[in-house]
Amino acid sequence: MAEINLLILVVCLLLYVILGGADFGGGILELLTRGKAAGIVSKAIAPVWEANHVWLILVVVILFVGFPTVYSTVLTGLHIPVLLVLLGIIFRGTAFTFRHYDIEEARPKAIYSIVFQYSSLFTTFFLGVTLGGIILGKITLDYTYDFYTVFVLPWLNIFAVSMGFFMVLLFAFLAAIFTVSELNDEKHITYFSKVAKRLLLGLVLVGALVFGGAQLSGHPLLSEFLQSPVSLISITLATLALPFLWHFLNKPNRTLLRLIAGFQTTMIVTGWFAIQFPVLIKLKEGMDITLQNAAAPPKIQFYLLIALLFGVLVIFPSIAYLYKVFKFSNDSNAINNS
Amino acid sequence: MDALMAARLQMGVSLGFHIIFACIGMVMPWFMFVAEWKWLRTNNPVYLDLAKAWSKGVAIFFAVGAVSGTVLSFEMGMLWPKFMEHAGPIFGMPFSWEGTAFFLEAIALGLFLYGRNRLNKRVHLYAGLVVGIAGVLSGIFVVAANAWMNAPAGFDWVNGHAENIDPVKAMFNKAWFSQAHHMTIAAFSATGFAVAGVHAVLYLRNKLEIHKKAITIALAFASVAAILQPLSGDLAAKNVAKLQPAKLAAFESHFETQKKAPLIIGGIPNEEKQEIKYAIKLPGFLSFLAHGDFNTEVKGLEEFPKEEWPPVPITHYSFQIMVGIGMFLMLIAVIFLAGTFKWEHWLEKKWWLKLLFIATPLGFIAVEAGWIVTEVGRQPWIIYGIMLTKDSLTPMPGIQYTFYTVSAVYLLLSFVVIWLLSRQIKMLHKKYLSNG
Repeated sequence: MAEINLLILVVCLLLYVILGGADFGGGILELLTRGKAAGIVSKAIAPVWEANHVWLILVVVILFVGFPTVYSTVLTGLHIPVLLVLLGIIFRGTAFTFRHYDIEEARPKAIYSIVFQYSSLFTTFFLGVTLGGIILGKITLDYTYDFYTVFVLPWLNIFAVSMGFFMVLLFAFLAAIFTVSELNDEKHITYFSKVAKRLLLGLVLVGALVFGGAQLSGHPLLSEFLQSPVSLISITLATLALPFLWHFLNKPNRTLLRLIAGFQTTMIVTGWFAIQFPVLIKLKEGMDITLQNAAAPPKIQFYLLIALLFGVLVIFPSIAYLYKVFKFSNDSNAINNS
Repeated sequence: MDALMAARLQMGVSLGFHIIFACIGMVMPWFMFVAEWKWLRTNNPVYLDLAKAWSKGVAIFFAVGAVSGTVLSFEMGMLWPKFMEHAGPIFGMPFSWEGTAFFLEAIALGLFLYGRNRLNKRVHLYAGLVVGIAGVLSGIFVVAANAWMNAPAGFDWVNGHAENIDPVKAMFNKAWFSQAHHMTIAAFSATGFAVAGVHAVLYLRNKLEIHKKAITIALAFASVAAILQPLSGDLAAKNVAKLQPAKLAAFESHFETQKKAPLIIGGIPNEEKQEIKYAIKLPGFLSFLAHGDFNTEVKGLEEFPKEEWPPVPITHYSFQIMVGIGMFLMLIAVIFLAGTFKWEHWLEKKWWLKLLFIATPLGFIAVEAGWIVTEVGRQPWIIYGIMLTKDSLTPMPGIQYTFYTVSAVYLLLSFVVIWLLSRQIKMLHKKYLSNG
């Protein structure tokens, strides 16, 4: 049963990366395109904005109910980057809302935009660093070590930092794909397709940096990827998706673009998870936190599963409806909030 | 400041900030829904404007509440990892249900805010209702989890860890119901009076129809809540008397165990000398309120070892503030309901509008005081009788600095929200006054 809850957790994490990621990326994209994307991103994101971020809350809840030691270990060893993520979330979320709702002729909109853009970048980067810290295996449960070893080393290293950059590019790329598929006029489509293609190139380069960084930080990620058949297949499929993405960026097809980008991200997450499993957090001392030793008792897993299944029954149809109403309609300009 | 104090204060600031936005986020959708429903029924465009204006307010408060709530779900583990490691599986069930309720609320809110021109009118209206219902449910779930910290249930504590965990028993612990109704009613009362008060001030300045309608809707909710609240509070206090006698004694600065225990109103408690000065004492009334009989014995703080006392003065003052405000708001509610038949007439009276203005922040002051009563009154325990707060503190040094940072951020955010809302209101007036 714990396995199913873990699977749901991974799915929530994936949805957060794809949907929330496109949101975070929206801010980064605005920054990269010097505000050109502002109106478009805001319009595309606003109606589904709140919903996109609840995935993170589900991840957190599944963690502390079903896998409490994972939750407490991560939030202790990675206290600092998580705190930075949280500060980023506060600034980003509020700046986005304020920008959307402050009165029209307001001058502060420029300030909200700057805060929104930079905090999107900041939050995404430290989200990547945090994930990097979880994967790398330098977290320790022995708090008698010095401050640097316990609270800094797990995340301040080449691998975690390159994960930060990878996340920034991935989210910006996802946002660019979503933006392209939201647009109707040729000029903007061409422009954002170009941006998306550049981001895709950057993503491949930084992806290589991640593997290199892992090697340098003492975690042979590449060989582990090659050893696990599931990871190997996932990473191959993710790579094979590249030319298709490129093609559809040249000749935009909104549905296929979204599907392939989503598929590619899914493959990346699956590939990572397959080499990690059943280890949930690698520890410095080697006594890793695994599915088996971190899972709460079966009775807890059972009740958690019931709550989650009920949630799935209620949430998925409603969210599908929300997206149907706002996202997959051709007149995205009709989103009207007056 | 030591690390424990800093961590407690950081938690307090984060919760104290979140609770305001959470209350408004769960109650204002109901006002918005009523305004929308009135618009569909009466076709009076004032109601449409009101529904639109309020829904903007809801969007802003909901977003800030969602963000500060997300932060809290991490902070619990960042500050109290040992607590969460043990308690997570036990009291996590309401949180897992809360996730669904909150998600549903977010989706329905998206539909309501942006769907006016895209959805069928009825679907749009009901989306507003779903926001309200889901909001109240998620509030109740969170409070049920908190209640478990006061009345831990559903597990056996063996050698420093929990066994035989039963999440259902944990969720429906002995404190969940009394805390849930007390908090929900408080949210309606506080938000209702705050909204009515703001519109009363605006109406004093500009005699616009929209403010009249707004005051009526908000007060209808607030007054029912304010009249129910003392009853709900009485049930809650009786429950505390049974479950956490030391906490009840701290509410009242009741040091000596006594029969015919007096109800102590006001006063300055002295923890060292175990006495209270300058207080009004009503003999027997504490016995009556706690146990329903004037002669029953009420345990004083002297029965408990001193290291298990909650901080007495702050618990006492907060309790007095909460009860005092509750009584005052009930009085306003009674006046309102008594005067309903000449309602239109009263709305032109300055004294009445000024009274409403005074009440604007009171409900929220009472909510904050109430949370201090519950949370500080539970100290030194994080899980009552099971785990001490200090034993669950994070090993991370320098929590003082995270506390300063978090406080500064929330302070800044509070100013921005107030400023933003005042601009919204000015806009609304500009629109009305220019249209004549």
